[in-house]
Amino acid sequence: MGLIELDGVERDFVVHRRVGRVRRHRDVVRAVDGVSFTVEAGEMVGYIGPNGAGKSTTIKMLTGILVPTAGSVRVAGLDPQRSRTELAMRIGVVFGQRNQLWWDLPLRDSFELLRHMYRVPADLHRRRLAEFVELLDLGSFLDTPVRQLSLGQKMRGEITAALLHGPSILYLDEPTIGLDVVSKSRAREFLARVNRELGVTVVLTTHDLSDVERLCSRLMVIDHGRVVYDGTVDDLKARHGQYRTLVVDLEGPAEPLVVDGAEVVRVDGPRQWLRFHRDRTTAAQLIAAIASTTAVVDLTIEEPLIEDVIAGVYVGGAPDRT
Amino acid sequence: MAHVGGAPLSLYWAVARRSFRRYSTYRGATFAGAFTNTVFGFIQAYVLLAVFRRRDTIGGLDVVDAVTFTFVTQGLLAIVAAFGPLELADRITSGDVVSDLYRPLDLQSWWLAQDIGRAGFQLMFRGIPPFAVGAVAFHLRLPAGPSVWAGFAVSLSLALAVGFAWRFAMSLSAFWLLEVRGLVQLMGLVFMFFAGFILPLPFFPPALRDVANVLPFAAVVELPVEVFLSKHRALPDLLGVVAHQAAWLAVLVGTGRVVMVRAWRRVVVQGG
Amino acid sequence: MVETHGGPTVAEQAVIWRRLVGARIRADWQYRTSFITFMVSQFVAGFLDIVAIVILFSNVDRLAGWSVAEVALLYGTSNLSFALSDVFVSEAEFAAHHIRAGSFDRFLLRPVGPLLLLCGQEFALRRAGKVVQSVLVLAVALTQVPVDWDLPKAAMVVTMVAVGFVIFGGLWVLTSSIAFWAVEAREVANSVTYGGNFVTHYPLEIFSGWLRRLVTVVPLAFVSYQPTLWVLGRRDPHGSPAWFAFAGPLVALATVLVARAVWFSGIRHYRSTGS
Ligand SMILES: Nc1ncnc2c1ncn2[C@@H]1O[C@H](COP(=O)(O)OP(=O)(O)OP(=O)(O)O)[C@@H](O)[C@H]1O
Ligand SMILES: [Mg+2]
Repeated sequence: MGLIELDGVERDFVVHRRVGRVRRHRDVVRAVDGVSFTVEAGEMVGYIGPNGAGKSTTIKMLTGILVPTAGSVRVAGLDPQRSRTELAMRIGVVFGQRNQLWWDLPLRDSFELLRHMYRVPADLHRRRLAEFVELLDLGSFLDTPVRQLSLGQKMRGEITAALLHGPSILYLDEPTIGLDVVSKSRAREFLARVNRELGVTVVLTTHDLSDVERLCSRLMVIDHGRVVYDGTVDDLKARHGQYRTLVVDLEGPAEPLVVDGAEVVRVDGPRQWLRFHRDRTTAAQLIAAIASTTAVVDLTIEEPLIEDVIAGVYVGGAPDRT
Repeated sequence: MAHVGGAPLSLYWAVARRSFRRYSTYRGATFAGAFTNTVFGFIQAYVLLAVFRRRDTIGGLDVVDAVTFTFVTQGLLAIVAAFGPLELADRITSGDVVSDLYRPLDLQSWWLAQDIGRAGFQLMFRGIPPFAVGAVAFHLRLPAGPSVWAGFAVSLSLALAVGFAWRFAMSLSAFWLLEVRGLVQLMGLVFMFFAGFILPLPFFPPALRDVANVLPFAAVVELPVEVFLSKHRALPDLLGVVAHQAAWLAVLVGTGRVVMVRAWRRVVVQGG
Repeated sequence: MVETHGGPTVAEQAVIWRRLVGARIRADWQYRTSFITFMVSQFVAGFLDIVAIVILFSNVDRLAGWSVAEVALLYGTSNLSFALSDVFVSEAEFAAHHIRAGSFDRFLLRPVGPLLLLCGQEFALRRAGKVVQSVLVLAVALTQVPVDWDLPKAAMVVTMVAVGFVIFGGLWVLTSSIAFWAVEAREVANSVTYGGNFVTHYPLEIFSGWLRRLVTVVPLAFVSYQPTLWVLGRRDPHGSPAWFAFAGPLVALATVLVARAVWFSGIRHYRSTGS
């Protein structure tokens, strides 16, 4: 049995739209539309998708904040909505868009309040806190009111708050939003460690796909409320990222090149981009074909970007079709 | 074309209309507010009925006057908005006001236009419903004839303006105080009490009446309601009431301008 | 409200509440002037209510047969109940604010009931201004009413304040739950809570039949009117049964059960906001 199990989960929202001056139109938005998956203990899963795909809604159902309209959700063997307070002891949640700390209080006081809420023994709390302070370098701002912290400091505080009670599952909804490169990589390093050393199962939602590439062994892509991909990052690239691009710099501006097995997708002065299918031709063959007709000054080969691969999945299928 | 503070009058008209429309988006809150005013009107009306079982008139008001008084004041409550400061106070606290100060228009007139739009909306949807419902359940008195209606219209407009000028001046205190809500709430209570919201001023013992008479608040509630009840039908009498309101308006608008200029200088000198 | 299995014990909940309140007071104290002006304004607000009653009685000697001291007893007990509920339970009203902002989520992520968290976190000591004012009025009223005080009567006064507190508390929770279905209806809630406070200042017999029946069901009549009738040795001229004076605790319990059911049903309806 998996730690997290979703079976045919749906969630509808009723929204009222103004039509004209007075009349209101009632619409039903299906935010999550038949999602099923299982997450085993110890996994670190990336849950990604475009805006409005239903990621946050799924996380809220996993925590018991929202009741599913249909289907079943079980987390650690519990129904999250029914056993919400019981489950709360075992999960930690970070919503990157929302603040969960006490705005006017220093982090230290927030942590102390949480200690009482989660009934963590004082010495265990002290030990854990000391560890987090060291790993996340919280020491310098532990006594500053949260409202005066920078975004990065606040986020480190949020992550600590989510872990202090020793949860076995951690949900992160856009935890790296707005962080600079250094803070981001530090947060990632920390999360990888939490997963590896403490064995915490992590479900991570993000729009920064490098988060997923660095951290997650498994990737789920959701679009329009449905899971459209579930597998490893490498598999995804292999399946949907067969196209590579050859960039050639010619001696001067020229007509788009005509080469077998590739097409010109962009021209910028003397530079041209040729897209080719990995299985149908090789870079070497292409270069030879071009060099036989035209003088080439320089060339590079671009690997598929994960962003492009996933964008292809979002629009409903492989990018081959375009 | 007429100009105020470097901006054409049509701009202020547009501001008032936009403000009216903005309030019309809070329909649920408007309905709920009107409902609450009606409930309070009913409770107060029954208390007054019990009082008038032992007396025929109090301070020149009979029972119908007193109950009418209650429903008119419940309607007025949202219109004169005695409870809250203007949004201006928030803008001052957040520092956004600096951008207002650099606009080529008159700050006080700009906020007046905003408030006229708001009051117009509240008049229609918060002012009339409690009175209409009250009129179904109780015997209420309407102004006796078109001339009284006209007098009420003038007196009510002045009341709104006085109420605005008061809140404008209060809101400016945010330039000096960090947090004005507490102060405005406290002043709002004093305002309500001496304006005649809680009880008609004719009920007050002479000493308290004297206090009420030297404060501007009666000009916002008590006087227009008296006009509504046809207590000032003779023209000289009515003109006296209007002059009283106008005098307070002049004093408060003047105070607001003086304070505004000083606040302005403070912002310029201290950089906000 | 105590959650089902696995939740903290009552003692643990009390500790959590105390911690939250302590944190809140420390945070509020950073804005001292505002804190003090609000406290004074709460005191003045209550004070103006009783001044209005005294002014009414400067025009008539009795209201439906009740003297000013008797009405003051009614006012003192019901207002104290309300003021206590305002201090300890009215925070439930902030549910509307958090629901609109979507920040109610955070209350659902903790291993403690959201109502306890809400009441702790939104606690405002300034509301105690009204408690002080009510106690002063009640103290004066107790000495002025024509009652031979004995133990049962004294016990009745204490009980009615407690019962009133529970009933008003239930009404705060009940009306705040409306926000789960209609966030904008928050002010309708005010007509029940603040309106209820206003109604209970006066002997209910002055109101018309439908309002009296409504207030008996709601059940504001049990806050202080019915027990006060018994303390003063008066009868309801409209003939409500005499045992109503002793029904308070049961009515309070029923109110709490209804409020609790509606609150939990509201939480199931909570829909958060799109982020
Ligand atoms: N409380 C709500 N009420 C109405 N509609 C909602 C609510 N929450 C979400 N939705 C709608 O459900 C859909 C999914 O929203 P959700 O927040 O789950 O998306 P998401 O994948 O987290 O998007 P993002 O990347 O922008 O955060 C959207 O169409 C959104 O508008
Ligand atoms: Mg989201």
